[in-house]
Amino acid sequence: MTISLPLHMQRWRKFKNVFMIGLCFLSAIVVIAPLFIIFGYTLSQGIGALNLDFFIHMPKPVGEPGGGMANAIVGTLIMVGLGAVFGLPIGIMAGIYLAEFGKNAFGFTVRFLSDVLSGIPSIVVGVVAYILVVMPMSHFSAFAGGVALAILMIPTITRTTEEMIRLVPHTLRESSLALGIPSWKTTLRIILPTATKGITTGILLALARAAGETAPLLFTALGNRFWSTSLNEPIASLTVFIYDYAKAPFDDWNRQAWAAAFVLIAMVFVVNLAFRFVTRSRYGTSHN
Amino acid sequence: MELATIEELEAPTMEIPQATQPEIKTIPEKMIAQNLNCFFGKTQAIKNVTLSIPTQKVLAIIGPSGCGKSTFLRSLNRMHEVAGGTMTGTVLLDGLNIYDSDPVVVRRRVGMVFQKANPFPMMSIFDNVAAGLRLNGLGDKNKVNEIVERSLKQAALWDEVKDSLNKSGMSLSGGQQQRLCIARTLAVDPEVVLMDEPASALDPISTAKIEELIYDLKKNYTITIVTHNMQQAARVSDYTAFFYVGELIEVDDTKTMFTAPRKKRTEDYITGRFG
Amino acid sequence: MKIEPPVLVFPSPSKSRNRNIGDLVFKNLTLVFAIVVLSLVFVMAYEMYKGSSLSIEKFGWRFLWTSVWDPVKGDFGALPYVYGTIVSSLVALVIALPLSIGVSIFLSELAPRWLERPVSFMVELLAAIPSIVYGLWGMFVLVPVVRKFIGPFITRYLGFIPLFNGAPYGFGMLAAGIVLAIMILPIITSISRDVMMSIPNTQREAAFALGATKWETTKIILSNAKSGIAGATLLGLGRAIGETMAVTMVIGNMPQISAHLLDPAYSMASVLANEFSEATTQLYLSALIEIGLLLFAVRIILNAAARLIVWSVTSKFAQ
Repeated sequence: MTISLPLHMQRWRKFKNVFMIGLCFLSAIVVIAPLFIIFGYTLSQGIGALNLDFFIHMPKPVGEPGGGMANAIVGTLIMVGLGAVFGLPIGIMAGIYLAEFGKNAFGFTVRFLSDVLSGIPSIVVGVVAYILVVMPMSHFSAFAGGVALAILMIPTITRTTEEMIRLVPHTLRESSLALGIPSWKTTLRIILPTATKGITTGILLALARAAGETAPLLFTALGNRFWSTSLNEPIASLTVFIYDYAKAPFDDWNRQAWAAAFVLIAMVFVVNLAFRFVTRSRYGTSHN
Repeated sequence: MELATIEELEAPTMEIPQATQPEIKTIPEKMIAQNLNCFFGKTQAIKNVTLSIPTQKVLAIIGPSGCGKSTFLRSLNRMHEVAGGTMTGTVLLDGLNIYDSDPVVVRRRVGMVFQKANPFPMMSIFDNVAAGLRLNGLGDKNKVNEIVERSLKQAALWDEVKDSLNKSGMSLSGGQQQRLCIARTLAVDPEVVLMDEPASALDPISTAKIEELIYDLKKNYTITIVTHNMQQAARVSDYTAFFYVGELIEVDDTKTMFTAPRKKRTEDYITGRFG
Repeated sequence: MKIEPPVLVFPSPSKSRNRNIGDLVFKNLTLVFAIVVLSLVFVMAYEMYKGSSLSIEKFGWRFLWTSVWDPVKGDFGALPYVYGTIVSSLVALVIALPLSIGVSIFLSELAPRWLERPVSFMVELLAAIPSIVYGLWGMFVLVPVVRKFIGPFITRYLGFIPLFNGAPYGFGMLAAGIVLAIMILPIITSISRDVMMSIPNTQREAAFALGATKWETTKIILSNAKSGIAGATLLGLGRAIGETMAVTMVIGNMPQISAHLLDPAYSMASVLANEFSEATTQLYLSALIEIGLLLFAVRIILNAAARLIVWSVTSKFAQ
């Protein structure tokens, strides 16, 4: 004897099943769509203004068409570079500490606070850089911008370094130690080189993210329409240029904003793909 | 942290005047483990083992898996603490307690070959063998070349790789990789070589090569080999020690051990009645 | 061979001799840098507290529920900004949460592996787009769309509810909410997906064995993943609250408290972005820093709570 549910119940269950699963598929499409829309739109708007002039020329005076963002590109590079000078040693060394000696309460605390740090809104980091650098110097500067970017980079670099070192098989460390190589040399000369690819792309990811930051630069580096490479003066950056040019009532400036946005997006995509590729190919499926 | 625990646990032993030190040269044992207890957390892996390791001989350690033979081996060059273990007791190397000296120096004198061949993946064959030398500060290029060649010859690998020294160590076969690891260990010129089931992951031909190698090496080195393969122990070793759940049951010269074991448990294991 | 106890036993070790000096130096060197990371958070908190003390002393809690923002008279109340931040973030959550859950189900329960990977990657890429680009896109694409299509549409059909009403500018709370929704989708999705994937397959098999449909099985998985998704939502909320550029460029930057989603508004992060470099008096600056301190505190509380929840859930199934 079999017990069967009423037929209309079965149908209702089947319908609900198909309907809800359909909704899930639909939401996947809706979520992915903005990626293509934003990328496509940026490409179509930016490509027209993207030429050699954009990279090698200075901005033209207000209202005049043409010109480029050479100073902003250099400015972004300088500040990201400065951020790296401060951020890399701190992040990498702290990451080594966490991977090698961080299995205690102190390590747990550092890991937690590093997570906290990575969650702090970037505009707040700008406020802190303003208090720490701009106020004592009493003027805006590339240096202040670099400090803000360094603070933003540190948690990412710390985390990547730790994770990539942890991915190196334990047997490698043991065989090095068994050769009478001191632990610190093992870390620096055997473990780190093995993890280099992963750490490098992780660092690139952090640098790309820093290059795309706007909020922390608004009142640290401020911005500059003229050529400057001095750390002691306000400096231009691609992102702040996008912000200014987007708000401006000139079509040509708007187009240049799109071109700069395209440069940023392209850079971010390439670096992310590289990171994905490296973590996948070296360490199998463990990456998520 | 592990180090501190070791020191705390180590029982103070009787005071012996320094003047008696020269006498150690007369001891035929290269290493002596005395009252050794090894732990992982609260689990005791080795229970009060005292065992001598004879100079320039091959000592095989056998026993069913989980009997603590690898742990014992790893406590002989302070690798046990690397895995987070703790211990009490003493291990003497030429009469000096290795737990009383710099682990780096101990490991340089007591080398180790692991179960799975593990060449450094980012290095060439040459660099793998040279790694220990270079990272221990030997900068003289000619000397390094010379030692690399000698070590590869000792490991019976030279003829196979002499034309491809710049290839990655990972490009070799499993058996070749293991001999590369042996060459890498020999390059830093250890006095004792510890081998942790060095052939267990290899095919019969590679295994035979490794065994042959062990036989040659004992002219210059003191060798201790852990194996789960009794035939292998019988073939390569001069002495055999049988471990069972963390205890040393019996140790004797290999022939006696395999023909006339004194303990019932040893006999059961050797004749295949358990384990 | 007879085993005899060793003839000689040497004195017990002195502490310094059984360690490698280089290792000690190296460990302490890395420790210094770990301490730098640790102290950064405290330095930031302290500096902001010090920087905002003028405003905190003068206004106290009043700062949070008054709406006068008058730099000339030196009277500051942050309510419109707080309101704008909270409402735009909630709008973003309302849009993003169902979508994220849908995508997570798609990724963890429905999609085959070859499809799951690239879709996951594309969702992660959304998180990598710089916020200024979202702002640019919001300003030139989304705002006109809201002005011409979405706005008129919802005013016409839902306009009888005050919430779905307001000025026809395009710039406003709704546009900000939509941009924020896209920006927080990746974080909610990836964590929800991880939590759902960490639920053992035995749960699914048990449900199927009882004759449950795919959707009914998924509902069981969802109920297991509930608190994980809650944690992911808190993280998403945190991200939305701190977001600056994209919001600043589409929210309209008008410090008003309006019940209409289509009306322009302002947010805490936006007022920092727009006014910080122009703050002329100590008190003005101090009030702005206090807004920064609020963002900092809220974000830390949300993140800590979220991590605690996510951690407790994933470790339950990890084993």
